[in-house]
Formats: sequence, structure tokens, C-alpha cells
Amino acid sequence: MSATPTTPSQKPAHDGSAKNGHAPAALVSEEVIRVIRDDGSLDPTWDPKLSDERIVELYSWMVKTRIVDDRLVTLQRQGRIGFHIGSLGEEATILGSAAAARPQDWIFPCYREFGALLLRGMPLQRYIDNMFGNSNDPVQGRQMPDHYTGKPWNFGSVSSPIGTQITQAVGFGWAAKMKKDDLATLVYFGEGATSSNEFHCGANFAGVFKTPTVFLCRNNGWAISVPAARQSASKTFADKAIAYGIRGVRCDGNDLLAVYAATREAIERAARGEGSTLIETLTYRLSGHSTSDDPKAYRKEAEVEAWKSKDPNTRLRGFLEKKGLWSAEKQTALEEQTSNELAECVKVAEKAAPPTLESMFEDVFAELPWHLKEQREQLLKGPRAKGHGH
Amino acid sequence: MPQMNMVQAINDALRLEMRKNDKVVVLGEDVGKVGGVFRVTAGLFDEFGDDRVIDTPLSEGGIIGAAIGMALYGLVPVPEIQFSDFIFPAYDQIVSELAKFRYRSGGEYVSKLVIRTPVGGGIRGGHYHSQSPESQFIHVAGLKVVCPTNPYDAKGLLLASIRDPDPVLFFEPKRIYRAAKGEVPEGDYTVPLGKASVLKEGKHVTIVSWGAMVYEALAAAEQAGAQGIDCEVIDLRTLWPLDIDTIIASVKKTGRVVIVHEAPKSCGLGGEIVSLINEKAFLHLEAPPARVTGFDTPFPYTLELEYLPLAHRILPQIVETAQY
Repeated sequence: MSATPTTPSQKPAHDGSAKNGHAPAALVSEEVIRVIRDDGSLDPTWDPKLSDERIVELYSWMVKTRIVDDRLVTLQRQGRIGFHIGSLGEEATILGSAAAARPQDWIFPCYREFGALLLRGMPLQRYIDNMFGNSNDPVQGRQMPDHYTGKPWNFGSVSSPIGTQITQAVGFGWAAKMKKDDLATLVYFGEGATSSNEFHCGANFAGVFKTPTVFLCRNNGWAISVPAARQSASKTFADKAIAYGIRGVRCDGNDLLAVYAATREAIERAARGEGSTLIETLTYRLSGHSTSDDPKAYRKEAEVEAWKSKDPNTRLRGFLEKKGLWSAEKQTALEEQTSNELAECVKVAEKAAPPTLESMFEDVFAELPWHLKEQREQLLKGPRAKGHGH
Repeated sequence: MPQMNMVQAINDALRLEMRKNDKVVVLGEDVGKVGGVFRVTAGLFDEFGDDRVIDTPLSEGGIIGAAIGMALYGLVPVPEIQFSDFIFPAYDQIVSELAKFRYRSGGEYVSKLVIRTPVGGGIRGGHYHSQSPESQFIHVAGLKVVCPTNPYDAKGLLLASIRDPDPVLFFEPKRIYRAAKGEVPEGDYTVPLGKASVLKEGKHVTIVSWGAMVYEALAAAEQAGAQGIDCEVIDLRTLWPLDIDTIIASVKKTGRVVIVHEAPKSCGLGGEIVSLINEKAFLHLEAPPARVTGFDTPFPYTLELEYLPLAHRILPQIVETAQY
């Protein structure tokens, strides 16, 4: 990684503002960090100075993530997988932040960050196996699709309840701090999760114990059908940091370089022992909440169209093309390569056997207690349900 | 061998394990300088410092959520919830996260911690310092649930719980924190999880109980003995997984069983034990399995001694079951 650390002292505009009457200087600024200007040039204030190769690499991951998203929605519509919850429109937020974390930093995901896990090195096949819940899925089909686990890549385990990963990320970083290990935790959640008790508990503990935690709030505008304005009367979600005595920053969530810069700075502050940061990335969920949701029921197409014009992938591609780093040919080649790889993974996943019946009873406890042995025997001897391959 | 009460025995276990394993940390409300509202963690702060005996903000969800994160990192947290009545802000973390980590990650992640919390009534604590919520945790797949009744078991079970690979809810019956005394060996020993203890052998009626009510069961058994009814008294010690073999062996011998617990009757662990006895020993039964329990009301303040299944309520049930 070639990021040059930026410090607050280099940015006179970043010293906080008392305009809203309650924000102490240096905790939360009203600035929205942006790097890629509309004319395609970069604002030097926050430019993380990534190498051309690195930007192209991250752009490629944004494209791959979107292709995977698109294909999984199709598979769900065809009835071949049960569910998908994607990141359409939030690629810059997810990949920019994950890329800014150092390899030793741990990621505590919400449920939209498969792009971060692929970036960290998880094979695509493993992800697709999870989508099919087959016997090759490390989770053995015990969870619904998109509830993956990625310990080999310092990446947590996905669950559905809102915000539970937040306090865990704080505790994990806190433990590392106690052991004087150089790592931070990067925890993802949507703006809706700032209403959860877990956000409050986590941010409060992070402030009190000065844990090395980066709270990454993807403000994508919607929590299923409830707009961001219905979650909080705070002027911004970053403002919430003030109450916990941690730092809050806002950035353009559709600007890969801005997200990278904001996250990198927060990670470096955490690593220096300066505590936690709440980052609010301003982005937009272009898709429904999941494949089970139809957003036409609650939001206007004009709003979606307006955000489509700020598409993070299109923006970064424009920047890269202007610099001569990308072309239509490269785009087509990448799309074809990703589609082929994906098709192969789907083929393998669809052919794989379902998890064994016994696997339902394993891993509840380290060892199988008597009552689970009994129940396993009942299942094995009993009649089979139809439709899952046994 | 030193005499200890429950508080001292649990404190001894914590100190021993913290000396032995620097990954063990204690956190909770008032557990540090003051040593806990029941003084169970007294002196640990002075010996191990505030990095290992941590006074936290007043937030059960934060305590358990952060403890899970610490456990994922590789520490072995032993958080204290000041009263089990206050555990519910952390219920989401316990049910949705702690209990499921191993399962939902295919064994990749294990969140190992022991949640210590005082349980039960009899201290004039009203609704919110008296409840017995054990079945609400037993019903969640993936948790072990322990409830000691004497200092020897308390120390041995806590050491076993901390070393067990699975998350454990460790319920400490507060009514007998200081009243239950006994000899406790110095140094290391464990009492295995999943093994009940037969406190008194008998041939007419089996009494199954746990927590503070074990002493009431023993008192009732003694009174029944004066009437010629010979009771066998089983202290479960580990509530889940249940020591089914000890229960069934006893019921096959006596053919009669009375289950005693403080928690409300309906959907209490007693109901599950009755079902298991029906499944495994039906033809050995000479009387319907009976329950003497708390009532299906919130835990009352003024009338708490009427609510609790004390010996005066257990004895008539023993007699009825014996004469059925």
C-alpha cells in the first residue's frame, strides 16, 4: 500500500466548526471529505496518493463485486438460490474502507460486505458455496445466503441482528490493546443501526476505554423502507460521535479515494492509541434492501436516478479513463473474465452435495451431548423431507 | 482444609484461574475496586489491576458484547451481570451471538466466556433481584448452564466452566452466598460439568432440585424420613446438558419423583425433566411425576416466602407422591 498518512494538522479546514453550536473543535467537522472532483482532478487535501496500479486494482474489485451482485440477483429470481443482500451503489464505501485497513486489522462485517472479503482474498468459490448452502460451504448451509465467515482473512462471522457486531468489534480491539498488539478493528453497519442499543453500547465503551475501533457507518439512505431521516434527529450521523467523546468524520461514500483516506486516517489514529473514529459515508443503496424487497413501494424513482448519476463505479472509471489507465476494452475483458469465473463457481456449487444430515448437530457444542445424539439418531432413522437432495 | 462460604469459594476459583491463565479477565459493574455488590470479586482488582478486573459502564449489553469480542480475540472473559434479573439487555448478544458462534461459523469461531450472575429469591429483592431465568437460557441451543449449591462445588464447577470449550451461564444462588459453608480444598480441582450429585440416597421418592432450593428439599426429605418416607435427593449442579442418567437411574429405583425449583412452573426446567422421565422411565413410574415450584406470577416482594417452594410446600407433595 502506498498511502501517505495525512494528519489533521495538514488540513486547516478540518479543525471542527462551532457552527451548529455544540460540536467541540476536533471531534466532528462539518466537512464532507471528497477527493475526486467533478472535473476528474484530485483534491490534494485528502488525496491518499495511491499508486495508479492500486487504484486500478480497487476499481476492478468494484466492478467484480457489482457483476457478482447482479448475477446473484438473477440466480435468486431463477429460484436457484434463496436470497441475496448486495452492495449495489456502495462499492466505493466497502472497497475503499476495506482496502485502507492494514492486513492485521480485523473486519467486523454487517451483511453487505462480501466485496471486502473477496478483496481480502477469500476465493470466490467459497462465497458462492455459501450462497448455495452446500456441503462445501464452511458454514454447512446452517445460515441463509450472505451469512459467511472469514477467519483466515481476519474477517468476522455474519449474523442478521442489527448492530451486534459493533460491541464485539470494540471488545476485540480492546483486548488487542490490552495485549499491546498493533491492530485496529473496522466495523460496518448501516445508518439504521445507529438507532440500536448495540451502537450506543459500543460507541460508549469505545470512548471510555479508548479502543482502536473504526466505526464505519454506511449511510445509504434507507433501512429497508425507512429513510435515514426517520432514524435520528441528529443533524448528521457523524455528530453522534460527540456524545461518546470519539471523533466523527463524514465522507463522500461514492468516492473510493475519499473513503480510503478517511478510513486510513482513522486506522492510523487508532494504531497510535488516539482512540476510535465514527465515519459516516454518504452513499446510496441503489437496489432493494435484499432480493426480498421491492423499493418501488416506498421511494421515488427520481431519487434513485439522481443517485445513479453519482454511481461510484462510473465516477472512478471516468477518473481512470481520463488518466489513460482504463478503457472500454479493459472493461469488457474484466467483465468477461469475471462472468466466466463466476459461471464456473456456480456450476461447481450447484453440483456439490447438500450438507450431511449429521452436520445439523455438529458445532452446537464442542462435543455432542446425549440429547443431541438422541435427536440425531431420530433424524437419521426417520423419514426424509423432500427437496434438498437427501 | 479451609472453611469457606460460596462467595469466598467463587473468589478463590477466580483468583486461582487468573493467576494460572493471563487470558482470564473479569469485567462488569462494580467488580473492580469495590469487589462486586456481593464482594465475589473482592481483592482481585488489587492483585490483577484494572486491565484484568474491569469496572465497566452500566450497560449489560456492552459488557457481554465486548466480552464476546474479547473472547474472539482469544481472551477468556468472565463477565459478571450484577443480578440475573438485569441480564436481558444482553440477551440478544447471548442468544443471537454467544450461543451460535461455533455453529454459524462452522467451527471457525468460538466465543468462549463464562457469565457469572446471582440468581434466585429469598433476599427480599422483589421482582428485579429475585428471578430464576435458567430455562430461558437452556432453551437456547449452544449454552451450558451451571448452578452450584455449596462452596466445594462452586469452586470446582467454576474452574471447570472456565476451562470448558463452550460458553457457560454460571448462576450463583444469592440466598446461600454466605449461608452455605463448607470445606474447600486449597489449590486446583474441578467438578465436572454435566454430572449431578446424589446428596442423599433413598428408596421411596426421588427429589430433583438445584440452587438454594436444594436445602429446602433436604429439609423436607428429613421431615418425610420421620414419617417413614425414604427420599433420594439429587442436586443437578449442571442444569444443561442435564445428567439424565442419574435422574433416570434414581426414578427407576423409586418409581416416584418430585421436582423442586424456584422458577415459575410453566415451561420451567421441571417440565422438561418430567417429559424426559415419561419418555425414558414411564413403565417404572408408580405415581405421576410432580413439581413444586414458584408460581406463574412475577416474583413478589412481601409474600416471597409464600412464592418460594420451601420445605413446608415440598413435604406435603412428597407425602402425596409416596402414598399415590
